Amino acid sequence: MTQGGPAAPGPSAPGKDPGRGSRALGNRGVLVSSASTVLFFTIIAVVVVLAPGSGVVAERFFSPSHLWQSLVGSEGLPSVLGAFLLNVQIFMVSEVFILILALIIAVVRGIPGPVFFPFRLVAVAYTDLFRGVPLILVLYMIGFGVPGLGLGFVSYLPDVTYGVISLVLVYSAYVAEVYRAGIESVHESQNAAARSLGLTRWQSLRFVVLPQAIRRVIPPLLNDFIGLQKDTALVSVLGSIEAARAAQIYGASEFNYASYVVAALLFVLITIPLARFTDRLIARDKRRREAGALA
Amino acid sequence: MNGQPALLLEGVHKSFGENEVLRGIDLTVAPHEVVCLIGASGSGKSTLLRCVNLVEPIDSGRVVVAGEEITADGVDANRIRRRIGIVYQSFNLFPHMTVLRNITLAPREALGTDHAEAEKSARTLLERFGLLDKQDEYPDRLSGGQQQRVAIVRALAMRPHLMLLDEVTSALDPELVAEVLAVIKELASEGMTMLIATHEMGFARDIADRVCFLDAGHILEEGPPERIFTAPENLRTRQFLGRIIEAGRL
Repeated sequence: MTQGGPAAPGPSAPGKDPGRGSRALGNRGVLVSSASTVLFFTIIAVVVVLAPGSGVVAERFFSPSHLWQSLVGSEGLPSVLGAFLLNVQIFMVSEVFILILALIIAVVRGIPGPVFFPFRLVAVAYTDLFRGVPLILVLYMIGFGVPGLGLGFVSYLPDVTYGVISLVLVYSAYVAEVYRAGIESVHESQNAAARSLGLTRWQSLRFVVLPQAIRRVIPPLLNDFIGLQKDTALVSVLGSIEAARAAQIYGASEFNYASYVVAALLFVLITIPLARFTDRLIARDKRRREAGALA
Repeated sequence: MNGQPALLLEGVHKSFGENEVLRGIDLTVAPHEVVCLIGASGSGKSTLLRCVNLVEPIDSGRVVVAGEEITADGVDANRIRRRIGIVYQSFNLFPHMTVLRNITLAPREALGTDHAEAEKSARTLLERFGLLDKQDEYPDRLSGGQQQRVAIVRALAMRPHLMLLDEVTSALDPELVAEVLAVIKELASEGMTMLIATHEMGFARDIADRVCFLDAGHILEEGPPERIFTAPENLRTRQFLGRIIEAGRL
C-alpha cells in the first residue's frame, strides 16, 4: 500500500472513486492497516521459516534457478510460460462461444407459448445436466467418447478442441443462468412499454430487455470467467500440454516443484486484473444505484 | 371512414381468475373526442385501457378501432398497437437509451422509418413540448414531469390515431402535474382522440367532451362533464364525487 500523494483525510470527495478504501481511511487508518498487514505476514513467514522442513521446501519450491528454468523451459522440457499461452488461447476461444451459447439457452428458456415447450424443456435439461456433472467427467466423456465414435472428422479433432467443447458445454450452463437472472431482473413494465409501442416480442427482447439485463450481469459474468481461466488447466487430462501439465512434466523429470509455483503465479497474474476490473464494475454499479436512489 | 367511431367497445368482459374486473363495457368514442374515465381505484379503468391496447386479452365482447374489430381471431396485435398510443402512470422510459433514442426506437424498428427521418420528427415533437434540450439526456436525469412528457412524445412519434392515457399524473409530485396536463390539453386542442383514465377531476372537467364513471366493472353513468360533475344522476356517482370533494380534489 504505497501512499503517494497526501492521503485525503475524512470522507472521500464526491466524484472520486470511493471503491478505493485507503483514501477514506485517513493517515491514522493507513498506519494501523500497514502495521497489522506487516505483522500478519511476519507471523506467517516466521512459522514457515521455522517449520522443520522449511529448508527442503525452499529448495523444492522456490529455488531461483528452477523457477527460471521451468518458466522458460530447457532442452527436452516444456516451458511453463509457453504452455500457459495455450491456457490463454483456450480461455479466449471458449469465452466467445460460452457467451453466445449461454445467451441462446437463456433466451430459449424464456420463450412463452405452448408451441415452444420442447425447446424450453431442452434448455432446462441442458442447464440441469451440465451444471450437475463435474467438468472433469465431461472432459473424459467428450475427449475420449467422441473420438471413440469414429465419426469422420468430428472424431479426429485435436485434443484441445474437445477440451474447449467441454468447457463451453459446462460453462454455458452456468452463464445461461446468469443471463436468465439478468433477464428476469428487468421489470415487466419495460417489456409492456416496448410491446405497447408496437414492437414485436423479439424486438422488445433485443432492444429493451437484453441490453439492460446484460449490463446488470456483467460482474457475475466476469466472476464466472475467472473460474473459467483456472479450469483451462483441466484440459490437460486430455493430453494437451498447458501450464499445469508442463509444470507437472518439469517436476517429474527434475524432482523439483518450482514449476508448480511458476504455473500458479501465472494463473494468479492473469486472474488479478480481471478480478480488480470486476470489483470496479460492481463499485460503479453500486454508485449508480445510490445516485439513482437520491434522484 | 367518416362517421365511424374511433373506438367502439361492445359487451367487453375481463376477469383475472375469480375477479371479474370488467362486467360488460359498452363505450363509443367519436373521432377527435376526448373521453375521461373516472372512478375509484380498482373500478376497472386501467384494465379497460389495457384491453383496448391488447395488452390484456378480453374474455368476451368486441373492441373495434376505426371500423376494424381488433379482438377478432388472427389480428396482428403489433399492427394494432402501432396505431394506438398508450402512456402509463409509471412512464416506463427505457433507462439505457437517451431521450431521442427512446422516441425513435419504435418508429425505426416497428414502422421501418429511416433513421434521419425518425430523428427529425422526434426533434420536432420534442421542440413542440419544450424538451429539445433534453434529447441527449438519459431518463434518470429528468424530473418525473419531464419523463412523463417524453413518454407522451414517444407514443406520439408513432403517429397514433388514438391515445390511451392511464393515470399519467398519479406518480408525479403535485408541482409537476401541471406541465403534463398542459401537454395533454394541447393534444386535445389539436383534435387527438383520447381515452383518459384519471383521478384529476378538475382536469377531466376542463378537457373532457364526455366523462364516464366506472364502478365495479360497469360504466354506471356517462355524459358531458358539466352535468356529471354538477348533477350526477346515479347514487354511486354522487357518493364518489362527494368523497372527492371532501378530499378537496374538486
